Amino acid sequence: MESVLIPPANAEFFGISLKIFGILIPMAGILLFLYIISKRLLPLQQAQPNIGTDRIGERIVAFLKVGIGQSRHPRFITAGIIHIIIFAGFLILALNSINLVIVGFIPGFTLPGLSGNVGSLYIVLKSIAATLVLIACIVAMIRRGLFTPQRYKAPEKYGHDHTAEAVFVLAIISVLMITDAFFEAAPIAEHLKTGVTEELIIPGTITWLFIAILKNASSSAVQSLYLISYFIHDIVFFFFLCFLPLGKHFHVITGLLNIFFAKLNKGSIKPVKWGISEDQLDDLESFGVKKITDFTWKHILDFYSCADCGRCSDRCPANRVKRPLSPRFISIKARDYIFDNYPIFNAPPKADAENADKMLIGNIFEEDEIWSCTTCGACEAECPLLIEYIDKIVDLRRAMVDEGMVPQSLQKPLGALSKRGNPYGKLEKKRSDWIKEKDFAAECEVKTLSEKQSADILYFVDSITSYDDRMILIARATSKILNAASINFGILGKAEKDSGNEVRRFGEEMLFCELKDQNIEAILKSGATSIVASDPHAFNTLKNEYSEIPKVEHISEIILRQLKEGKLTLSPETVGKTYVYHDPCYLGRHNNIYDAPREVIDAIPNIKRVEMTGNCKDKSFCCGGGGLMLFYEPEEEMRMGTIRVQMAKEASANVIVTACPFCMVNIEDAIKTSGLEGEMEVIDLAELIANHIK
Amino acid sequence: MEILVCVKRAPDTLENEITVNKDGTNIELEDLVYSVNEWDNYAVEEAIQIKDKVGGSVTVVTIGDEEAEEVLRREMAMGADKGILISDEAFENSDGKGIASILKAEIEKGKYDLILTGAQADDGAGQIGGMLAAMLDLPYASLVNKIDIAGEKLTVGREIEGGVQEINEIELPCVLSIQTGINEPRYVGIRGIRKVASVEIPVHTAADLGLDASAVGTSGAKVKKLDYFIPETGEGAEILTGSQEEIAEKLIELLKAKGGIK
Amino acid sequence: MSRQLFAYITHKNSAADDSAFELAAAAKKIDANASVTAIVTGKGEDLTKVCGQITSAFAKVWKIDGDAFAYPNAELIRAMLVKILPEKSITLLAHDTFGMDLGPGLSVKLNASFISDVVDIEGVKSDILKTIRQEYSGQVSTHVSCDITDGAVINIRPGSFKPEETSIGGEIEDKSSEAEGITAKRKYIEIIEAEIGDVDITKSEILVSVGRGIEDEENIEIAQELADAMGADVSCSRPIVDAKWLEKSRQVGTSGQTVKPKVYLALGISGSFQHLGGIKGSPFIVAVNKNAKAPIFQVADIGIVDDLLDFVPVLTEKIEELKG
Repeated sequence: MESVLIPPANAEFFGISLKIFGILIPMAGILLFLYIISKRLLPLQQAQPNIGTDRIGERIVAFLKVGIGQSRHPRFITAGIIHIIIFAGFLILALNSINLVIVGFIPGFTLPGLSGNVGSLYIVLKSIAATLVLIACIVAMIRRGLFTPQRYKAPEKYGHDHTAEAVFVLAIISVLMITDAFFEAAPIAEHLKTGVTEELIIPGTITWLFIAILKNASSSAVQSLYLISYFIHDIVFFFFLCFLPLGKHFHVITGLLNIFFAKLNKGSIKPVKWGISEDQLDDLESFGVKKITDFTWKHILDFYSCADCGRCSDRCPANRVKRPLSPRFISIKARDYIFDNYPIFNAPPKADAENADKMLIGNIFEEDEIWSCTTCGACEAECPLLIEYIDKIVDLRRAMVDEGMVPQSLQKPLGALSKRGNPYGKLEKKRSDWIKEKDFAAECEVKTLSEKQSADILYFVDSITSYDDRMILIARATSKILNAASINFGILGKAEKDSGNEVRRFGEEMLFCELKDQNIEAILKSGATSIVASDPHAFNTLKNEYSEIPKVEHISEIILRQLKEGKLTLSPETVGKTYVYHDPCYLGRHNNIYDAPREVIDAIPNIKRVEMTGNCKDKSFCCGGGGLMLFYEPEEEMRMGTIRVQMAKEASANVIVTACPFCMVNIEDAIKTSGLEGEMEVIDLAELIANHIK
Repeated sequence: MEILVCVKRAPDTLENEITVNKDGTNIELEDLVYSVNEWDNYAVEEAIQIKDKVGGSVTVVTIGDEEAEEVLRREMAMGADKGILISDEAFENSDGKGIASILKAEIEKGKYDLILTGAQADDGAGQIGGMLAAMLDLPYASLVNKIDIAGEKLTVGREIEGGVQEINEIELPCVLSIQTGINEPRYVGIRGIRKVASVEIPVHTAADLGLDASAVGTSGAKVKKLDYFIPETGEGAEILTGSQEEIAEKLIELLKAKGGIK
Repeated sequence: MSRQLFAYITHKNSAADDSAFELAAAAKKIDANASVTAIVTGKGEDLTKVCGQITSAFAKVWKIDGDAFAYPNAELIRAMLVKILPEKSITLLAHDTFGMDLGPGLSVKLNASFISDVVDIEGVKSDILKTIRQEYSGQVSTHVSCDITDGAVINIRPGSFKPEETSIGGEIEDKSSEAEGITAKRKYIEIIEAEIGDVDITKSEILVSVGRGIEDEENIEIAQELADAMGADVSCSRPIVDAKWLEKSRQVGTSGQTVKPKVYLALGISGSFQHLGGIKGSPFIVAVNKNAKAPIFQVADIGIVDDLLDFVPVLTEKIEELKG
């Protein structure tokens, strides 16, 4: 259809061809954008290596699911839907925007494939998308600007909140939608004046609305609006492109890349330096993240990608109990620091250049902030852009350990771990004292494995379950279950050292390596062909961080298999209590074992089990942390365990079943401090099953 | 400031259960783990902090066998510049004065502005600092929990009874014995120790120090440990019975006997 | 035996320290027939009063009065003692923070043997004094012999020797002139009192520790009253800090403070692993708990199965009665 309006590329203004602007605006915009990006890439070039291109297949799947499919977004329903609309609209409108830019100097240009029927369909789709995006933007602006949800607020100590920036960007997007629609509507309106149009106009879209307005305007006014809306769109479009890398909307550019390069191995901590083997660690000058470029390039990409949505902090248990940690601000502070130290237009003043080499701890991060993390992984389970936090926290801790900045209360257990292989400083030979108790020994014999005595399955007990008077009951229950299923098993006894799961997460990599090597040697010597752990922390590190050892399973997986094979049968529940299962972080989020424990509980006839809906499975709320967390707790206003017990109470449960000794410590404490003794109790999964063995 | 810190290797009481061996000649040494004496570690941290403030160097010295070298390396990993191991069979079983006179000989070979020791050790008598100062004719303060440098003088706080701090001014050079809690000693991991693994540590013998072997060690000792034994304590809780008044009275007697009523 | 025994007496607020009489008792264990001379330094009225208080326990009291002795400076006192003590004498000091400051150096200057922190004395045989000391925070004891041929400085652990009722009525001799011309390179400046509420339980010898059995914040007062009567500090277990009834610095346990008291009163504490992990040095543990099966009774020396809220006020009252 012949346009009755003069297209921008052919128009003149006081004798000047507007085509010049149609060429100049994109050229300037693209050049400026490339310049900005090159500056933003500088810190990535100086940063540490990262593995990001292995296992391409899995990466593509994650990219399609989490990136294109926006799978994490509906977890926060309102913001999620708004985001999905805007994101989908962007994808659809991106083509049109490119087309529009070219129209600025080639009149009537259409991208290959966007002509004919496909083109018509696209135009329809586009006008619907633009309308929905505009509505979503308006809703978002009202929500963000007037009813700012709590999670967007920024405490003063962390810097300013980003509401103004967010609203500004939403406004820009709205302008793009409106001008695009005007540009689209103007020629159609002109056509309608003359009678008919071949274009399919969907009622209710903004294009439809603008046509309705413009068709009553004079032709010269429509022509002016046509050109004005084109150039506003052109300028705003490139302004937007160059504005993105300057703030939290950088994620529009980096987000999908970030998802593609995201870490695939949950449950394991990154090596001190990618590409450096354990044997070469001694040659490294420094450990961990001291200055900003000690982060990997992926971690810096993470900082760029943070959209400041606050979902991580909203789910972070440390933040919830008001410890001085909010994961979102780990990203925001680091990003602001990078922006300050790698400015786009000015060379950094000399002082700032030195600033870039400054220790981050004590500068943008506080010691207590970094020690506050329980490594529960709730933040990472939530982030729609797959930003990593645990590895960064551990890298920052590695730096503190390297500098000797370790809280006094943690130095003792670390010293004991190094000397005795357990954090309590207990004698090695007492590690298996729990098997000696008379009644238990009579009922269940536990072998101590060595080169001389072997068994099929090695039960890796770990420190707390070996030494703590309460937790040895879990060890005994686990043994009774294995015994009842006629499984030939044994333990390592004094040859077992702490698994080191927490040691590694507290940044003491060398000590972890030492414990791990001693354990691997003892495990191999034992001749066992598979390993079972009752402690998810031990399970996690053995499974994900030890090499060359036999297959590792959690006791819940073994119980389930034995039940299915009919080797274990359970007696019915007679007490009539209501049970709720608490997902331990290292079983659930870090290892995706959510169903086995539930199925095992449900296998008890007549048992009544409820869920802490909204706070279970990968939304489980950390009990307060295990291992070395028992020896050090930053300032907090309440205990995580107390909140967890409250959640169980709200679910009308009176027995919390967990499958982790540390959860047991924290929840047991919390029941007492909440004054719920008698009303609420906690039991380990192994204990529950051992009690129901027929 | 040139600082010397005297340290020793001692069983780590937090990680050991101390019992007496069969014949009562010593504590049970099997299964013991050792570390630097806790008080000495605070002294080294303090020395390093002073060095970081005013410059100079920190030397750590210990008397013992080759195993004692590990504590020197540990303290060097913390930031001490130099370690000296004083080792000679003739030094075995020295009493406090013996140890102090060996250290005196070492100190006189160098030039130090400040000499620090730990205030005590779990297996010691809290005597070396005071003896050393007297032998060197230097001023001394014990149980120091604060050091401020003021030119040629130091302002030091001593921790005395009732959580009270006694402030003194003391001339340099001097000897101070350091109380725990004066600072927060930094962490030393395996990595730190490996970094200083190849640093050479000189070994000084009685001959190197010009010491008469008969004046130190067993022959020179006037104070000798004869045996070890476990002080009497009951097994498990003895449950007191009777009326509340009776129980209270019984308990008071027991508490008085144990120093539980001041 | 013609050995000369001396005891250096510390005092505060015009009163001789309790250790004065304990030193007299310890001296008797060295030589039952010795006439022991007390040495007291100080200034003016205070000093005169203190000297008067101790004549009942000593054969002689040497009084040294001077401005320089207004506050005890170990370096000055050492110089003075070296001047006035006869050769080969035996000098007893209390093993408190002053005795620790003075004793070792004094023994060097007197060329005498030094033995610190003595908890008991078994006697002297041919110039060899046999004593008992403790190591590893009292986990083990040792017999220690000391050659006293050339004299000795012996630091006695306060509270270890039971004072006897005596009425020797020793004579006070003014030795102030001996102190002339003595100088020191260390100068006392001032005392900084501990901040109120800032109790370092890691240094406390007696702890009254409360756990969940205290039930309510207001009941902390019951424990505080007992602690005041005993001369103890109040500590607690984890739940009390969680409830914010006491500050974190009072918490005993692996995530709190590691304490090494002599006596530990566990009131309503069940005795969790984490809590017991913070108690070192094998103190004398008294447990009061309603629950006869509480694990604390396994590690306690003395157990009382009762509600602490009932029992503790009775105990406090009895102790106060005793103290008059």
